[in-house]
Amino acid sequence: MTASVILTQLLNGIQLGALLFLLSAGLTLVFGIMNFVNLMHGSLFMMGAYFAAAGYKVSGSFTVAAICAVGGGLVLGLLVERLVVSKMYRREHLDQVLVTFGLVLFFNEVARILWGPTSVHAGSPAAFDGTVNLLGVMYPSYRLLIIGVALVVGAGLYFMIHRTRIGMLVRAGATRPEIVSALGVNVVRLKRWLFAFGAMLAALGGLMAGPITSVQPGMGEPVLIMTLVVIVTGGIGSIRGAFYGAMIIGVVDTVGRAFLPLMLREVFERSVAQAAGPALASILIYLFMACVLAIRPQGLFPVRHG
Amino acid sequence: MAEQLSSRIRRHWLPIVLLGLLALLPVVAALLGQSYYVTFATRVLVLAIAAVGLNVALGYGGMVSFGHALYVGLGAYVVAAMSEAGIQSGLAHLGTALAAGGLLAVLLGLVCLRTSGIAFIMITLAFSQMFYYVIVSLKRYGGDDGMSLPARSTLLGASLDSPVAFYYLVFAVLALALLFVASMARSRFGWVVRGSKLNARRMAALGYPVLRYRLAAYVLSALICVVAGVLLANLTRFASPSYLQWSLSGELIVMVVLGGMGTVLGPVFGAIALLVLEELLANAHLPMPFGADAMVRSHFMGLIGIFIVLMAMGTRHGLAGLANRKAAS
Amino acid sequence: MTPLLAVENLVKRFRGIRASDGINFDLRHGEIHAVIGPNGAGKTTFINQLAGELAPDSGRILLDGRDITKEPVHRRAALGLGRSYQISAVFDELSVLDNVMLAAQAHQGHSFRFFNDAAKDEDVAAPSREAVRIVGLEDSMHRPVADLAHGAKRQLELAMVIATKPRFMLLDEPMAGTGPTESREIVALLRRLRGTAAIVLIEHDLEAVFALADRISVMVYGKVIATGSCDEIRSDPAVREAYIGDEEAVL
Repeated sequence: MTASVILTQLLNGIQLGALLFLLSAGLTLVFGIMNFVNLMHGSLFMMGAYFAAAGYKVSGSFTVAAICAVGGGLVLGLLVERLVVSKMYRREHLDQVLVTFGLVLFFNEVARILWGPTSVHAGSPAAFDGTVNLLGVMYPSYRLLIIGVALVVGAGLYFMIHRTRIGMLVRAGATRPEIVSALGVNVVRLKRWLFAFGAMLAALGGLMAGPITSVQPGMGEPVLIMTLVVIVTGGIGSIRGAFYGAMIIGVVDTVGRAFLPLMLREVFERSVAQAAGPALASILIYLFMACVLAIRPQGLFPVRHG
Repeated sequence: MAEQLSSRIRRHWLPIVLLGLLALLPVVAALLGQSYYVTFATRVLVLAIAAVGLNVALGYGGMVSFGHALYVGLGAYVVAAMSEAGIQSGLAHLGTALAAGGLLAVLLGLVCLRTSGIAFIMITLAFSQMFYYVIVSLKRYGGDDGMSLPARSTLLGASLDSPVAFYYLVFAVLALALLFVASMARSRFGWVVRGSKLNARRMAALGYPVLRYRLAAYVLSALICVVAGVLLANLTRFASPSYLQWSLSGELIVMVVLGGMGTVLGPVFGAIALLVLEELLANAHLPMPFGADAMVRSHFMGLIGIFIVLMAMGTRHGLAGLANRKAAS
Repeated sequence: MTPLLAVENLVKRFRGIRASDGINFDLRHGEIHAVIGPNGAGKTTFINQLAGELAPDSGRILLDGRDITKEPVHRRAALGLGRSYQISAVFDELSVLDNVMLAAQAHQGHSFRFFNDAAKDEDVAAPSREAVRIVGLEDSMHRPVADLAHGAKRQLELAMVIATKPRFMLLDEPMAGTGPTESREIVALLRRLRGTAAIVLIEHDLEAVFALADRISVMVYGKVIATGSCDEIRSDPAVREAYIGDEEAVL
C-alpha cells in the first residue's frame, strides 16, 4: 500500500465523483425545483453514451461524438419532457415513479433493438490517450479530462445560478414557484428547458463515461442508484450538496473497494476477509448514507426554504 | 339465517368468484392437457402475494416503497442458504426468513420513515439495491448467477414436488393473506394506517404516535413479501439475484396501482393482469407484417414499459375500482 | 390555585424576526381565554408551539405544573390537549362519523388490533355519535365529508376535538370563513361546552369573543400587551391603539 497506489485510488475516486456530479447536478434540480421524481435519469445517461458511441463509429472523432451526445441528450430531454413529463408535474410522486419506471424499461429495450444486448465500443479522444505524471504517479490523462470537465461544468453552474437572470429564476422557482409565474415568466418553458438541461448533463456524463465503462443496455441503473445516494446525502435541490456529495461518495466508494478487503485481511482470517471484503466495500456508501440520514435527515447541505 | 347468508354471498361475490376460479384452475388445466398453465399460475399467485404485501404499505399506508423486492429476495435466499446447509424443513425456512426479514424491516423502516416524499422513495430504492450488491458479491451464494435448491422444502415431512400440490399450497397462503388484509383494513389498526395516509399531521394531533403505526404497517407488508419469496424459491427451485432487483419492486408497484390501491383484491387483479399481459406478448404469434411479431416477442418489456407509462398517465383507480363501480350499478 | 396551562417567556425566532417575543400566558381550569390581535401578531405560531408542532427557541410550557415543552404532539394529546385547525383538517374521503370515530379511537387504548371490525366497537362509536349530536351534525352522520358545506366542516372540526374528551382545547379561528348563522351556532356550541374543558380561543370575530370569553389576551408583534376581563380589555388604551380602525365600533 504505497503512496502512489493511494494517490491513484484517490484520483480515481475524484474522477468517479466528477461523473456523479454531472449526473447529480441535473437530477437534484429536477427533484428539488420541479418536485419531480425522475427515475429515468440513468436512461438519459445511457442514451448519451450510445449517441456518443454511434457518433464516434461514424466519424472516428471524439468531438463529433461529443456533439452527438450533448445534442442528442438535449433533444431527447426536450422530447421526453414535452410528451410525458410535463403532464405529470401535478401528479403524485407515485405516478411519477411509475411513468419514469416505464420509460426506463422502454429505453432499455430501444437500446437493445438499436445496438444489441452486448456492449458497444466508445472511443476516447486521441489527444488524451496517454498518461500524465502527477506527483510521481502516472495517471491516465483521459481521467483527468473527466475531472476537468466536471470542474468546468461546476463553475459554469455556479456562475449561472448565482450571477444570471436565469439562475435567479431557478433559485426563485425553488423556493417560491408561484411568484416566478406571477412575474410573467413562462414557467412551462422554464421547466422544459431545465429538464432538458439536466438531460444534457446526464448525456454528457454518458459521453465521458463511455470510454472507461461498458456501454450496454441497463448501464444507467447502477449509476442512477449512486446518483440517488449522492443527492440524498448532499441534500435534495442543492447543487453544492451535489458537488460535495458526489466527491465524498466517489472517493469513499473507490477507496473503500480498493483498500477495505486488504484491511480486513489484516484483522480477520483469509476466508472471512475474502467473502466479506467485497460485500462490505460495495455497501460502504449506503452505510454512509444511513449514518448521514440518522443525524441529518435533510442531507449535509440542504437548501434553505424561506 | 338463510337470508343473512345469501346477502353476504351477494356482497362478497367478487372474491368468491375469483377464488373459486383460481381453485378450479388445475382441474381445468388437467382437462385441457396444459399442465404448464399450473406452473405459470403458481408464479402469478406467488407474485400476487408479494403485491398483497406491498399494498399494505403502499395502498393502505401511502408509503411509496421502491424497495420491497428486497424482502422477496431475502425470503428466497434464506431458503436457498438453509437448503445448502442441509436443512430441508419448510417451517424452519419460513420461521428463519420471517425473523430475519422482520428484523431487517424494523431497522430499515426506522431509518427510512424519518424521511418522506421523494427522499423516502429514493432511500428505499437505495437500500434494496444495497442488498442486491451484497448478495451478488457473495460467491458462496452464487454471485451473479444465483443458486439452485436441490429440492423443494418439505412441509411437515411431506414433499412438495407435485406442481398441483404446490399450487394449492400457494393458493391457500394467498387466501390467508387476503383474509388477513380484509380483516386488518376494517380493524382499528387499519383505520389508523389509512388516516395516517390521508393526514398524518392531524393524526398526530389526535394523539396517535404515527411513526409506530407506520413502522408496524411497513414491517407487516415486508413479512408478507418474505413469505412470497420463500414460495418463489420453492417454485423455481432457484434463488436469483433478479428477485432482489429494483425492476421487481417496480413491477410490484405496477400491480398494486393497476389493480387498485388500498383494496383487498386489487393486487391480485393487478398481478394477474400484468403477468398475463407479459406472457401474451412474450409468446405472441400473430400475423403481423415484416415478422414484427418476432420483435414483439423478443422485446416485449419495451411494450410493457409503454403500457406502464400510459397507465400511469391515465387512470388512478385501477381495475378493482372499475369492478366495484360495475357491481354498484 | 395553579393554572391548568402556564406559558413562561416563550420565544420563537424566524430568520431574525421574533414571531414570539417572550410570551407569558396562563389558562385557568374551565375558563375560555381568548387571544386576539391584528394579523401577523404571531397567534398561529403561538398555538403551534402550545400544540407541539413547533419547538420554541426558549421559554417553558407547563401543564398542571409539569414541563411539557419538549413533549411531542401525540404525547400532548394523550395528556389532554385537543386542537382544531384554522383550515379544516378533516378526512374528506371518509364520512362524518368515521372522522369523529378516528378521533375518539385515539383515546380508547392502543390501536394495534387487527382482527375486530372497528365500526362495531361501541367504546369508540358511542362517544363519537354523541360528539356529532352535540355539534348538531346528526343528520349528516354518514355523509362523506367532501359533500359538506364549509360551515359544517368547521362543526366537524370541533366534533373531532370534543370526541377526544380533552382537558383543554386550542381552537384556531373556529369561525373562519363562516356566515353569520353558522357563527351564531358555533358560539352557542362553545357556550354549551363551557366548563367541560378549558379553551384557548383564537378568533377575529370580536362579537363572538366578547360573548364567550372569561378573559382576553391581546397579542401584538409576538407579545401579549394586555390580559384581562372583557371590560378591562375594552377600556384599555393600549389595546384601543393597537386596534385603530373597524374594531372601534365593537369595542
